Amino acid sequence: MAESGVLPAPPTSAPPAARPLAEPRKRRNWVPYALLLPGMLWLVVFFVLPMITLGSQSLQEGNVDDGYVFTGNVGIYVDAFQQYWPQMVRSLLYAGTATVLALLLGYPLAYFIAQKAGRWKNVVLVLVVAPFFTSFLIRTLAWRTILSDDWFITQWARKLHITDLLQAVGLTSNDSLLFSQFAVIMGLTYNFLPFMILPLYTSLERLDPRLLEAAGDLYASPWQTFRKVTWPLSLPGVVAGTLLTFIPAAGDFINARLLGNTQTTMLGSVIDAQFLRVLDYPLAAALSFIMLLTIVTMVTIYVRKAGTEELL
Amino acid sequence: MVDTGKGDLSLVALTKSYGSFTAVQPLDLTIEAGSFFALLGPSGCGKTTTLRMIAGLDAPTSGRIRIGEKDITDTKAYQRNVNTVFQSYALFPHMTVLDNVMFGLKRRGDKDAKRKAQETLELVQLAQVGDKRPTQLSGGMQQRVALARALVNRPDVLLLDEPLGALDLKLRRQMQIELKRIQQEVGLTFIHVTHDQEEAMTMADRIAVMNAGRLEQLGDPATLYEMPRSTFVANFLGQSNLLRAQVLGGPSDDGVVRVRSHDTDLEVSREHLPDGVTDVWLGVRPEKLRLGEAGGPNRLRGIVRDVSFTGVATQYIVEMPWRQELTVVQQNDGTARATLGETVTVSWAATHGFALDASQDAEAGAELVDEHG
Repeated sequence: MAESGVLPAPPTSAPPAARPLAEPRKRRNWVPYALLLPGMLWLVVFFVLPMITLGSQSLQEGNVDDGYVFTGNVGIYVDAFQQYWPQMVRSLLYAGTATVLALLLGYPLAYFIAQKAGRWKNVVLVLVVAPFFTSFLIRTLAWRTILSDDWFITQWARKLHITDLLQAVGLTSNDSLLFSQFAVIMGLTYNFLPFMILPLYTSLERLDPRLLEAAGDLYASPWQTFRKVTWPLSLPGVVAGTLLTFIPAAGDFINARLLGNTQTTMLGSVIDAQFLRVLDYPLAAALSFIMLLTIVTMVTIYVRKAGTEELL
Repeated sequence: MVDTGKGDLSLVALTKSYGSFTAVQPLDLTIEAGSFFALLGPSGCGKTTTLRMIAGLDAPTSGRIRIGEKDITDTKAYQRNVNTVFQSYALFPHMTVLDNVMFGLKRRGDKDAKRKAQETLELVQLAQVGDKRPTQLSGGMQQRVALARALVNRPDVLLLDEPLGALDLKLRRQMQIELKRIQQEVGLTFIHVTHDQEEAMTMADRIAVMNAGRLEQLGDPATLYEMPRSTFVANFLGQSNLLRAQVLGGPSDDGVVRVRSHDTDLEVSREHLPDGVTDVWLGVRPEKLRLGEAGGPNRLRGIVRDVSFTGVATQYIVEMPWRQELTVVQQNDGTARATLGETVTVSWAATHGFALDASQDAEAGAELVDEHG
């Protein structure tokens, strides 16, 4: 693991550990390997092997009826990208917007729970996690009701001309809220918000309130204290939270399918359709790999920039 | 934004209550600009609460705080030209030592922050560690960084909240001398909160002894030690032998008052006796007592019950006929030492005793003295 930017390693001037007087007979200690074994096996069988299969599948040619054969057709990646780049860009944009919204909603809440909630801390934390007690599908379907035309939210949004505003900026295409980019982004934000709040909470819970007092004592206004002390010290939580929100949101297809329209398709929907309906396995596999590489690249750059490499 | 009113710090009827509990009873105190002041007392006596009110970290329930002519009671901590060295140091872990020290200057937009921070790090003898993180430093070094971080702002008042509490004894002694040197060098007002009476006496020009939210006594270390005005101060600052006695009339021509204790006539200086009391505790410090009759006209006889030799001195426990045990400390100056079980005379001068109102608890403060303090 890389050296942490926040908690640096101790100085190297420490004296080397004293050598034991009587060296015991060299014996390999197998316990650590034994502990690793189940997890490693699991990863090999259910992650490494499928990835290799998927990779080789993406380089096959043929059709469902005659079967697919490996030809090393790298060109499919170019085709896949050319054909589906709008869905890809859309996936990243929706996921990015949802992540920013989740951060804006989640940070104050996490701060409140960690620093101010006192004895209500556990109650509020349970409330944050409570939506997980129902299925992802049901929760997303519920948004169909929430954003439906005859429910008060849409009614009020129309009265307050919010629908006009959303239409003007292109988030909706008519005066409804449902089946639009707006609805998809709301769904993504809602569904992945707890993944943002929990790491933020962990990080803010560790924040020593005495450091905030010290900042105030040293002439920092509440805003400066936030900017110079609270925010930098909570960065590990911000990075973890944004990753845990962005990555699954970018690959999601349920929200786009249930709350969106034909113009809001995300890459997850395309992969889903190619694998399960069109049965064009090489294309679906290539798209999956493109998605994977894009996200890994973005995450690496992001984590480097944030100076929190220890999360990788 | 920041007040820069130079001058004495005055607390006027400053009070802090939490519900029905009063942490600080109405406190009136003036702390002279440029002095090294100590707030001394056992834990829970209200000294830290007082400090936090001066810093602006806690709001007083009532009363005013002034620096010079300027009333700062209603200003926020970040608007006060007051800085604190926290007990836990509270150094920012995500910044280098130099950034920590520059923090206050930068908030005030000081263009010369880096040079001033460097100079202050030199003052606390940490010039080489500016680019290290606080967590890479030892406790003693972190303590100096915390001091530099507050000092660099040249505040009107510098508050030290038990800053040496986490250091081991040797390092603590070293830092006491160091702090005193720095205070004299920069000439700022230091207010040092501590429960360690020796630390307070070593460092401070003036000490306010606090107990249970009230100011017990205010004065310079020697006066507090030689003329305590309550049994709490007599026991909390050093050790005292307290004898029950009755005043036998007015002062004589030579300025001493005769008192009678356990059928023995004793003398105490007029100025060491509070007005209008007849029942008193007659106090005398262990090192003021002499074995033999050389100490002065006050004489008591007893049996040596314990002898402990400590090198520079010998401490005796001498049992009086009425079962009270007196502690006597005799310097290792070549005089003959008494042996266990020997009957000895204990003597002292009238000027070495002090009398306290007998309505007080003779044990007050004795159990609170810090063991290594």
